[in-house]
Amino acid sequence: MADVNRGNRPLSPHLTIYRPQLTSITSIFVRITGNALLITALLIVWWFVAAAAGPDAFATADGFLRSWFGDIILFFSTWGVWYHMFGGIRHLIWDSGRMLDVDKSETAGIVMIIASVLMTIFTIVVT
Amino acid sequence: MTFKTDRKRAQGAGSARSGTMHHWHMMVSSVALVVLLPVFIFQFGATLGGTYLEVIAYYSRPVPATIAALTILVTFYHFRGGVQTLIEDYVHGFARKASIIVMICLSYGAAAFGVFALLRIAL
Repeated sequence: MADVNRGNRPLSPHLTIYRPQLTSITSIFVRITGNALLITALLIVWWFVAAAAGPDAFATADGFLRSWFGDIILFFSTWGVWYHMFGGIRHLIWDSGRMLDVDKSETAGIVMIIASVLMTIFTIVVT
Repeated sequence: MTFKTDRKRAQGAGSARSGTMHHWHMMVSSVALVVLLPVFIFQFGATLGGTYLEVIAYYSRPVPATIAALTILVTFYHFRGGVQTLIEDYVHGFARKASIIVMICLSYGAAAFGVFALLRIAL
């Protein structure tokens, strides 16, 4: 063990000097959307618990979700959940050994972005 | 020549010996969510905006109630696995262990609240 500096070295992949690529950015956003959706999931659970508790509690939770602030959260959540889902489908395809080439992965990334935007618009229009 | 599948050969490998099963559980729950979430999104989206009585009436029906309960259960199970990976990547030492424990308790706790609420509404 000649390396006396173990544990204090910069860790790969050196994000600060790494050129952003479509594959890395779409992957990072899958992680961000997936974890940020905790807020949405907790809000929806709150909404159901409030509905079970009674009309007064429901009015508070429902009022928050339907306020302008709730609208903003639900708008980004709608995009986030569709994006994360298409990202997950891309992972399932990768896990089957398909589309692992860089050009096909980038095509899938573009499809994810376009499909998530289209599904967000569709969801907002329909509901 | 072995008759083992690729996954069986990977199972138990890696430093913690549990990564393959973690990944497999994420795959299974993600496939379930690909089916559940679109149905839930459009049902929930159509119900949000209704009165208290309309919401109670809608989620008293067996299919919307079951879809919502399954979505909450599988979502929080999937989130538990995903957030653990996030924490393992960025948090180190005692804070890692503490935050994983907190997020596991939060995930199962929130799922329990959601399912209990739906049972209370539906029954």
